[in-house]
Amino acid sequence: MRRELRAEWTKLRTASGPGPLLLGAVVLTVLGSALAAWAIRCPAAGCGEDATRTGLFGVHLGQGLIALLAVVAVCGEYGTGMIRTSLTATPRRITLLVAKAGLLAGLTAAAGAVAVLGSVLAARILLPGSGFTPEHGYPPLSLTDGPTLRAAAGSVLYLVLVALLSVGVATAVRDSAVAAGTVLGLLHLFPAVILMVRDEDLQLLLWRLSPVNAGLAVQATTSLPAMPIGPWAGLGVVAGWAAAALTTGALLLRRRDA
Amino acid sequence: MTGGRDGFPQLVRAEWTKLRTVRGWVAGLVAAALAIVLFGLLSATASHSSCSEGPVEVPCPTPPLGPGGVAVEDRFYFVSQELDGDGAITARVTSMSGQIRLPDVTPGVRNVVPGVVPWAKAGVMVKAGAEQGASYAAVMVTGDHGVRMQHDFTEDVAGSPGGVSPAEPRWLRLTRAGDTLTGEESRDGKRWTGVGTAHLAGLPARVRIGLFAASPGDVTLVRNTLGGSASASRFTEMTAVMDEVAVRGATAGGDWRRDDVGVSLKLDGTPHHPGGLVRNGGTFTVTGTGDIAPDSHQGTVERTLAGALVALIVVIVVAVLFVTAEYRRGLIRTTLLATPRRGRVLAAKAVVVGVATFVPALVAAAVTLPIGRDVLSGNGIFTLPVGTLTELRVIAGVAGLLAVAAVFALALGALFRRSATALIVAIVALVVPYVLATASILPDEAARWLLRLTPAAGFAIQQSVPAYEQVISHYAPASGYFPLPPWGGFAVTCAYAALALGLAVRRLNREDV
Repeated sequence: MRRELRAEWTKLRTASGPGPLLLGAVVLTVLGSALAAWAIRCPAAGCGEDATRTGLFGVHLGQGLIALLAVVAVCGEYGTGMIRTSLTATPRRITLLVAKAGLLAGLTAAAGAVAVLGSVLAARILLPGSGFTPEHGYPPLSLTDGPTLRAAAGSVLYLVLVALLSVGVATAVRDSAVAAGTVLGLLHLFPAVILMVRDEDLQLLLWRLSPVNAGLAVQATTSLPAMPIGPWAGLGVVAGWAAAALTTGALLLRRRDA
Repeated sequence: MTGGRDGFPQLVRAEWTKLRTVRGWVAGLVAAALAIVLFGLLSATASHSSCSEGPVEVPCPTPPLGPGGVAVEDRFYFVSQELDGDGAITARVTSMSGQIRLPDVTPGVRNVVPGVVPWAKAGVMVKAGAEQGASYAAVMVTGDHGVRMQHDFTEDVAGSPGGVSPAEPRWLRLTRAGDTLTGEESRDGKRWTGVGTAHLAGLPARVRIGLFAASPGDVTLVRNTLGGSASASRFTEMTAVMDEVAVRGATAGGDWRRDDVGVSLKLDGTPHHPGGLVRNGGTFTVTGTGDIAPDSHQGTVERTLAGALVALIVVIVVAVLFVTAEYRRGLIRTTLLATPRRGRVLAAKAVVVGVATFVPALVAAAVTLPIGRDVLSGNGIFTLPVGTLTELRVIAGVAGLLAVAAVFALALGALFRRSATALIVAIVALVVPYVLATASILPDEAARWLLRLTPAAGFAIQQSVPAYEQVISHYAPASGYFPLPPWGGFAVTCAYAALALGLAVRRLNREDV
């Protein structure tokens, strides 16, 4: 396994895409969070806004680049024909997939941690200016606060799961455009569809199935009882999607010619 | 049109052959159209609504329709006389006071404070009849918006600003001459200034002329945990004191009729929040609740076309692949050898992918919108009626937006030459801003800026009902109201597509392939 991991690391390290993508994901996440923290307003005590959730808003943007990173890492090999060399070197295809997924998960965790820490820091600086002051019932954002720590760690985990989901989808469909379209569709269509159906039971069901909605429930700190799903159960939903995608990808990888 | 083998029509034909012979792309474009139909009809079928009358479930009442066919709210207290032919009414408004119900502090305990909401209104009115939705024109004093002249629910003209008090009363006059109503105001009852004129087509000879008072509900916004927000309307009431009332013309002679227009009845048959009139000599104290305005609480027809968002992603994928596949397979070299004028190749591709997206989407939208609306109405959900032209604009606009998006994605594909990069940029530019603006925790103002500046501005083309300045409602992207006018927003998306196409042509001309 160490050999495979090393091989994957070499491939990823020497490609031109992954570096800028990881950096882009960090920058976009921090920037998005900072903008949200700057734009939101809490004019009086009891304004009901969730400071932590706002401070981690950039994850909505960063996840797209994380997905792209995973898709490029997998589909790039199919585009260039490198996959045939890789499979000749590592005939146990599942091992190859596990090594690739593991490496991407690790990289995403590292970049995600930086991005989330940066977001929390930016929000801690910007939120008081938007009215999130102790007088309005908002102490400065801090990772020593249990729910905030859970939200921050959960966001990193969420990004890792999005990367794994993308690896699974990309392995299954092989074409980078179709893979990226599928992942981004899965992430962004649920929230829009939920708004358009008017039946509340159906809305709730879709909400609980939606990777973005259920997954980012982990960021909620103030409205937890009103959330249709608990924070960890929500991450479980994304994990379910990722597991399903990886299993499909693994089965197809084993059965198909490359 | 140039003849020969490298004429533009031949180029378009060549590109069309490339598109239609790849089975996956054709399937994608058909799937995009089907997505519009399926999502629209399934979501309409899955949505139900009913109202309760005590323990009994009944169909929800549908709002009355105004003269233009617009769904309206028509609820106010009307003290009027019958007028035959031409005439006029003059009155002096000396005070406005009222009460507003605020969100309950203690659950279950009504939290009512004195006050007048900004669009509470009282003044003089001529109306075709006392029934809801009848044509009217009125001159009024409002809570915060000064003197206004309004007619037929949607029209609103501002007069002079400022409120009224016993020390600073306001005289209002409305004159009828045939179909033409003229509104005037005065601070002293001697010098009059015009506020506006209205033409009420088909106004009958016998009309009602009189005094009115109304006070629209105060709106609170509740953020929904599922995404978006819901607005709740709370009861308000306004009492206006008017005197020096004079009616000129052929009236029944001093006989004032009282109509609580649009009042709803409670289960025991008594009126719910009744208005009223207290008359003391020449002083009329009129109390009213409700509003005389276009209805903005119901769903809109473009909701049936929400499947367009799914279609958008599929169309983007096909359009990106339509150009990047040539780079991957090296076909682009053959293409450019055959047509050395490179910009024209891209133009031909844009025409082909645009038309191939537009036509199926147009058919899908044209089928889905009317059927979806009928299904919704069968399930007890009222959608705000709009004119045929507006409906056509929404249908063609959604198809047009998809076509422009396809051209934009194609241009990005030619610009970046890599499918994944082009695809992510297209989706981050078109889909993500729309989803974040409508379904996330972003504050309304941030959401509006997203839909002004990004290519997602074009979604404005699907807005069928305008935001009315004289109605307080949650006019935000989350409720389907866009910051730019329909064609303005569409133009923004077109500009982005043109810019991307220009950059792509530049790169194609300057660099090796």
